[in-house]
Amino acid sequence: MAIDKPYLDIPGTTVFDAAQSLKGYWLNQFCMSLMTADNRARFLRDERAYLNEWEMSEVQRQSVLDRDMNVMIALGGNIYFLAKIGATDGKSFQQMAGSMTGMSEDEYKAMMASGGRPIDGNRYVGEAQ
Amino acid sequence: MNARVSASVYTSHVPAIGAALDNDKTAEPHWEPLFAGYEPSKAWMRDNTPDAIVLVYNDHATAFSLDMIPTFAIGTAATYAVADEGWGPRPVPEVQGHPDLAAHIAHSVIQQDFDLTIVNRMDVDHGLTVPLSLMFGRPDSWPCPIIPVAVNVVQYPVPSGQRCLNLGKAIRNAIESYDEPLNVQVWGTGGMSHQLQGPRAGLINAEFDAAFLDQLIADPANLALKPHVDYLREAGSEGIELVMWLIARGAMADLAGGSAPTVEHRFYHVPASNTAVGHLILAESGAETP
Repeated sequence: MAIDKPYLDIPGTTVFDAAQSLKGYWLNQFCMSLMTADNRARFLRDERAYLNEWEMSEVQRQSVLDRDMNVMIALGGNIYFLAKIGATDGKSFQQMAGSMTGMSEDEYKAMMASGGRPIDGNRYVGEAQ
Repeated sequence: MNARVSASVYTSHVPAIGAALDNDKTAEPHWEPLFAGYEPSKAWMRDNTPDAIVLVYNDHATAFSLDMIPTFAIGTAATYAVADEGWGPRPVPEVQGHPDLAAHIAHSVIQQDFDLTIVNRMDVDHGLTVPLSLMFGRPDSWPCPIIPVAVNVVQYPVPSGQRCLNLGKAIRNAIESYDEPLNVQVWGTGGMSHQLQGPRAGLINAEFDAAFLDQLIADPANLALKPHVDYLREAGSEGIELVMWLIARGAMADLAGGSAPTVEHRFYHVPASNTAVGHLILAESGAETP
């Protein structure tokens, strides 16, 4: 029997399940390596060389170089792992989350300050806003 | 006299709250209302400091990478280092454990059919240290030992609400069978509504959060039946952390046939960074469990 995934019709959301985890194993494990100051410095000195040390696909490596978090997530990244790249860049969780929404940093900040993204219109794929 | 559960504490554990504290930003307009909401909690904690805290939280890809993903893990170590999550370790005290009580809880809970993973060494991240900062402020050392209980809510599948509530009941049994007269609190952390990823990032559902708090207080047995997809859809992909609150709630007397707890404090604030912050203190009403 196939795994039941009742969450696939939630818009703008990738649930980190076993299939995503399998795709993103090395991408996420690379992120874990950024939990030491030495590795962060070494990564920032030569990102390409550092990424080449990991068994990631070329598109995964490119998504890291581009800091494109939506692509990283589509390729199996999980936000709590990817956050270590943002931390290495000196970014906050708000800057990282906002970068995936198509909004500017100020627009996203203003949306949060006024109560966040509303749930109405955001429950199901294809639902009218 | 055996140990007893005296209270349960619930709070979000947003990393930005830790950063605001550590960088002296608590008086800034964005943060002031949030920290004001925890002033009564700090006063309550000063009057009700326990002998130990069982602190339920989730590891955020810190101690557990994708190499090993325990569903429920209990720390039995004497000390836990504060993790470097990528920004450098938070400047907060090292966490002292309670190896003897932790080993007792592990023994008892495993014999109650919960397959806990036993952890003798792990660094603890913001999931554990931010609640301590919110409740204790910035002391030179934490005022009591902490027993970490880490729950996997990062990779699916995560444990069900019912499983979490039942684990809380088992933890209560374990504490009550420890033969020293310790005052123990059980904390549940994470949540409330938030989503940190994808185009839907920034989702907040205050109506869901209020209903969750109401039901957690008054009707936890039915709240435990809420399916995962409801959390994901209504409270955001990271709102699933709220299942951990059911572990702390399950440790209270009313779920063992005793009387209902009293609400010592309730607070809700939007936003901290990307997240709705919720907080509850429930104290045992004093009536003995039959």
